[in-house]
Amino acid sequence: MSMRASARAPDWPRRLLRGALVLVAVGFMVLFLLLPLATVFVEALRAGVHAYLASIRQPEALAAIRLTLLVAAIAVPLNLVFGVAAAWLMTRFEFRGKALLGALIDLPFSVSPVIAGLVYVLLFGAQGWFGPWLDAHDVRIIFAVPGLVLATVFITLPFVARELIPLMQAQGSEEEQAARVLGANGWQMFFRVTLPNIRWALLYGVLLCNARAMGEFGAVSVVSGHIRGLTTTMPLEVEMRYNEYDFAGAFAVASLLALLALVTLAVKTLLEWRYGNEIAAHAPGGH
Amino acid sequence: MILELSHLQRRFTDFPALDDVSLTIAPGEFLALLGPSGSGKTTLLRILAGLDYPDSGSVSRDGEDFLAMHARERGVGLVFQHYALFRHLNVTENIAFGLRVRPRRSRPSRAEVGERVERLLQRVQLEGLGNRYPAQLSGGQRQRVALARALAVEPDLLLLDEPFGALDAQVRVALRRWLRELHEDLGLTTVFVTHDQEEALELADRIAVMNNGRIEQVGSPEAIYQQPATPFVCEFIGKVNRLPLRCEQGRLAAGSWVLGDDPWQGRHARAIAYVRPEHLALDVPAAQPGWTARLRHVYLAGSIAHLELVVDAPEQLLEADVASEDLARLGLHAGMQLRVAPRSAVVFPQAQDGTPVPGDRWAWQAGAAVPR
Repeated sequence: MSMRASARAPDWPRRLLRGALVLVAVGFMVLFLLLPLATVFVEALRAGVHAYLASIRQPEALAAIRLTLLVAAIAVPLNLVFGVAAAWLMTRFEFRGKALLGALIDLPFSVSPVIAGLVYVLLFGAQGWFGPWLDAHDVRIIFAVPGLVLATVFITLPFVARELIPLMQAQGSEEEQAARVLGANGWQMFFRVTLPNIRWALLYGVLLCNARAMGEFGAVSVVSGHIRGLTTTMPLEVEMRYNEYDFAGAFAVASLLALLALVTLAVKTLLEWRYGNEIAAHAPGGH
Repeated sequence: MILELSHLQRRFTDFPALDDVSLTIAPGEFLALLGPSGSGKTTLLRILAGLDYPDSGSVSRDGEDFLAMHARERGVGLVFQHYALFRHLNVTENIAFGLRVRPRRSRPSRAEVGERVERLLQRVQLEGLGNRYPAQLSGGQRQRVALARALAVEPDLLLLDEPFGALDAQVRVALRRWLRELHEDLGLTTVFVTHDQEEALELADRIAVMNNGRIEQVGSPEAIYQQPATPFVCEFIGKVNRLPLRCEQGRLAAGSWVLGDDPWQGRHARAIAYVRPEHLALDVPAAQPGWTARLRHVYLAGSIAHLELVVDAPEQLLEADVASEDLARLGLHAGMQLRVAPRSAVVFPQAQDGTPVPGDRWAWQAGAAVPR
C-alpha cells in the first residue's frame, strides 16, 4: 500500500498539467468552433421556428438550395471519376512528368479560390479569350450555371485523388496482377479487386469533396454574377441576405450549410472509427 | 506441352533484365530458376505469366505463339512471393476467383465451383478455414491458399515466385517436401524462382542458373553441383575454394600443388581452380604434390565438420569438409600440421587482366591424364 502511495505521489503534477492542457484545448474549441456554430443556429431561430421555416421557404432560398445540389451533383461525380483515374495513373504507371501531374492535382489547394474563379472569367467571360466565340454561338458560361460547375470542379478536384493515392501506393498492384493472371479482364479486375480495396477511402474522399462543393464561396462568387434565384448557391445567398441586413434569413440558410458540415463530420468520424486502417492517414488539404 | 523460350531480350531503363535467354521447358518437369537478385529470374517468370513482355525473342507452346495469348488461354497458375491474396475476400472466395471471372459460357455452375474449392481446400490441408480472411491466416496457410487459388483454374503450368522466401525455416522445409509431392501427384509442369541454392538443389529436376540476365548453365542438380560450367556457377552454388594458378614451364600449379601440363599450352595467361571443401584430401603422402597446411579451426556441424586450414605458400585460406566420424580416425585437432591437396577441381582459364575466358573449362582429377 505504501509503495502504491509513493508511486502515485510524483504523478499529480503531470495530471495537473494534463488537466490544464485539456482545459486550454476545450476552451479554444468552444471559443473558435462551437460558439460560432451555436451562434448560427441561435441567430437562425431568434425570430422563432415559423420565421425560420418561412425564410427557408422563400423562392430565392429554395432556388439556392436546388442550385447548390445541382452543382454538387455534377461536380462530385466528375471528380469521383477523375480522382480514381488520376490515382490509378499515379500509382500504377511510371511515366515522364509524373511529379508534375502530382503537383497539378494539388494546384487547387495552393491557388486562392478567387484566382480560380477569375481564370474562368478571363477564359470564358465576355471580354475573355473564348468570349466572342461563345457569344456568337449563344453559349453562356460565366454568370450562369456552367461557370459555377466549372469553378466547383476546379476547387474540389484534389479531394478524391489525394485520398486514394497514398492508399493505393501502400496497397501496391500485386492483387490486380494476381487477378489478371487468374483470367480477369480489366473491368473485372477494377470492380472485383481495386474498388473493394479502396471503397472506404473513396467514400471518405467523396464526402469531403461534396462538403467543399456545397460550401465553396470564393471561386463561385467570382463567376456567379449574383443573379438572385438563378446563379446564387447557398453560400452566396447567405452573403447576399447578410448584406441586405436580413440577418435571420442569412443565418437560416447558413444553418443548413452548418447542418451539412455536422452530418459530414459525423459520417467521417464513423468511417474513421470503423475503417481507419483502410483510409489514408492524411486528409486532403492538410498540408 | 513443351515451352520453347528463344532469344528473349528485356531491357529496363538502366540494365538488361534478360539478355538472349533461350530455354526449353519439358512437360511435367520441376524447373528451378536460380540466381542472385537482379539476375532476371523473376522477369522471366513474369513473362511466362503474361505480366511482362520481352523486347524481342519468342515463347512458343507446342508451336503456338505463347506471348500472344491472353492469361486465360495460357493455362498458367502463378503464386506470388507475398501471395497477393485478395484481402477483402475470404479463403473460399479467393480460391474461386479464377472460376468466377470466366465468361458465362465456360463458367462452372455454382455447385461445381463450391465442390472444386472444397477439394482444393482438402488438397492444401486447409479444410474448415474457408470462411477465414487472409489477415487471419499464418504465412504458411496464406501460401497454401495462394497455391490453391492458382490451381483452381487447372493450369498446365504452375509458376512460383520465391515460394518459401517469406516463411520461417521450419515451415519452409516442411512445405518444400509437400510441394514436391504435390507436383508429382498433379503432374504439372512447375517453374519456380529462388535465390536459395539449397532449395533448388533439393527440389528441382533441373536448374537454370541465372546471372546478369543470362542463363549460365542448365542441368540436373548433380550436374550443376559437380560439373559447374562457369566460374559464376562454381561460386554461387555451394561452398568453394578459389585458387589462382600460375603457368610455369608448361605446367599449371599453385605453389607446391602441381596439376600437370597446361591443357591450353600457354594460350591463356592465367587460370583459376575451384575446389569444393569435400574434395580436399587431408592425408596426402609426401611423394605427391600438395601443400603443408596448419589446421586453424574445427567447426563441428552435426554430421560433418568444417575445417579451416592455413597454407603459407601460396598464402591461402582453405576450407575442407570431412565427416564428423573422420575427425577421430584422422586424429584431427586445431593447431596440427597436415599435408593437403585437392582430389578434384574445375579449372577456368583467364585473360591477362583476370577476366574469365568463356567456353573453356578443365575438369581436373588427381591422377587423370591431361586432355589434349
